[in-house]
Amino acid sequence: MTLALDTRTTSRDPAVTPRGDALISIIGLSKHFHVKLGAFGQTAAEVHALDDFTLDIRRGETLSLVGESGCGKSTAGFTMLQIHKPSAGQVIYGGVDLAQLSEDRLRPYRRKLQVVFQDPYSTLNPRMTVGEAIAEPLLFHGQATRGNITEKVATLLGDVGLSPRFAMRYPHELSGGQRQRVVIARALACGPEFLVCDEAISALDVSVQAQIINLFQDLQERYGLTYLFIAHDLAVVRHISDRVAVMYLGRPAELGPKRAIFSAPLHPYTKALLSAVPEPDPARERSRKRQVLSGDVPSPLDPPPGCRFHTRCPLAVERCRREVPAWREMAPDHFVACHRVGEAIPVPDAA
Amino acid sequence: MTDPLLSVRDLAVEVSTRRGPARVVDGVSFHIGRGEALGVVGESGCGKSITTLALLGLLPPGARVAGGSARMEGKDLLTLSRRALREVRGGRIGMIFQDPMTSFNPVLKIGDQLIEPLIYHRGMLRREAWARAGELLRLVGIPGGASRLDNYPHELSGGMRQRVMIAMGLACEPPLLIADEPTTALDVTIQAQIVDLVKDLRARLGMSIIWITHDLALVSGLVDRVIVLYAGKIVEEAPVDDLYARPTHPYTQGLLASLPTLEGEETRRLPAIGGTPPDPGRRPAGCPFAPRCPLRVARCESEMPPLVAVAGGPHRAACWVNAKPQELAA
Repeated sequence: MTLALDTRTTSRDPAVTPRGDALISIIGLSKHFHVKLGAFGQTAAEVHALDDFTLDIRRGETLSLVGESGCGKSTAGFTMLQIHKPSAGQVIYGGVDLAQLSEDRLRPYRRKLQVVFQDPYSTLNPRMTVGEAIAEPLLFHGQATRGNITEKVATLLGDVGLSPRFAMRYPHELSGGQRQRVVIARALACGPEFLVCDEAISALDVSVQAQIINLFQDLQERYGLTYLFIAHDLAVVRHISDRVAVMYLGRPAELGPKRAIFSAPLHPYTKALLSAVPEPDPARERSRKRQVLSGDVPSPLDPPPGCRFHTRCPLAVERCRREVPAWREMAPDHFVACHRVGEAIPVPDAA
Repeated sequence: MTDPLLSVRDLAVEVSTRRGPARVVDGVSFHIGRGEALGVVGESGCGKSITTLALLGLLPPGARVAGGSARMEGKDLLTLSRRALREVRGGRIGMIFQDPMTSFNPVLKIGDQLIEPLIYHRGMLRREAWARAGELLRLVGIPGGASRLDNYPHELSGGMRQRVMIAMGLACEPPLLIADEPTTALDVTIQAQIVDLVKDLRARLGMSIIWITHDLALVSGLVDRVIVLYAGKIVEEAPVDDLYARPTHPYTQGLLASLPTLEGEETRRLPAIGGTPPDPGRRPAGCPFAPRCPLRVARCESEMPPLVAVAGGPHRAACWVNAKPQELAA
């Protein structure tokens, strides 16, 4: 791990060696969107969707990105995959900075870096059969020939727990859970190493979610996949992750091993987020103390100066309004961006 | 329950499909007492929203009430004229819908939308209603209160819009508030704010609440009783603590077991329910859960089990295996 807020963005050499066991190293990644505001688009503005994001994704792990809508978690995933061109920063994979590559030179890497989106209804072409949808990337990347394609598709369908008959069906004939299985099969088609799952189970029925979560875990064991799991459901994140990164308004707030994040969170935002999650046990739900945050997330068009959380933070002091907090390692592998963490104040502990 | 506020009997709703009418709500009966909060839990397509839309006469085109009754304050909601229903909607039953984005008129100030029910149901003058609308905004915790009446819906955040929606639902102090997934489009921290707000309003105003959700955890601290719907039928009904402590229907059991939690043991695999919920048009003849049920016996495939009391209490379940209907004389 590097100490983040590391601004080595001046390096323009695309050949960089990744550190240690990192599959992908993200250094100082930023994405700003230019938008036009006003009824006639007369005002130009900049959305700070992602700022100065530094992170290593380790081979074989499941790293979850959590945060509320608009915190930049999906932008982070898309920018890593070069679906959005980064405004600044590096994404180092296989010794190459992907941010420097042209679309043509990126193509071989796309095979290895795949994505599963939230909505299985809109990601499948309604006029293509399931078999055609899965075959398309295989043929495009030259991973199969017309001769062995049927067999390959059947194997992939088997991997995601569907029978080969499904190859003949159209998306509208399938349920949400089956569609999501097809989308996963398509993402796996070219033998990826890294899969971004962007709210991949959020649109599914509660009784089907568990099946897909189990499927993701089985596939990871079988193929040694590395996952970036973008989600807002913290209970699911606790179940599936090895490490968790919490984001707030385009910046990372905390990163650590799952157990540390859930049992000993450091950042006041992480604590508030965890305390907002409802509990299924009614007795526990009634008795627990909730730390309800007041107000809303500020607009990313004009993010607050200093620590972006200071407008809602119960611990905010003058310094938080002025200075962006540094990314500090408070315990092995457990990072936080907060001025107040580690100060000699009693940390309220949830019993 | 001596005098329920609302009592629904054998409600059936049919939707016309290409394969003919499909029964999306089938023989649903429940009641809600004064001041009681009822959770209606089920996944998409189970008929939970359609049930309440039927009560309010708001069924979408193509759907119709095919039977049953819904008595509230001496009237059957299902047979009321359109004019009489308008008195009920907003006046006697307040509504909050899922999407605060599409439920407002984008070209009217929120003040103008808030005073509408007050003028219509209460016969208030505009000036009076405007003052009351300001009070309502303060009641639901909108910072700035009355000064926000001049805002347009797009000027408010999702959480704020949902608060305005609650203010609108409560404007005429209806004895019953129906909330249809009011927090699904919101972030967890905002969701917690809204749940706390409704809890607080209920304590202060004492209205009855029907809260429809797919997330049992969300309502566990808010409601007194829960009904679980599966494929248009009630499969279980119980006080919320009972339901959690002793889920009886295999569907409820499976649902509770498959939810990952923030506390407790971590397991490598989630005990998932296999299969998917049946299509409304092609529901099985017997128990709708039978094709996915680990406890299925032959009878389940041909005959729908009745809702019977479990352990003699108010806890009822419809299952041939787990809730044996032997004590049922009739």
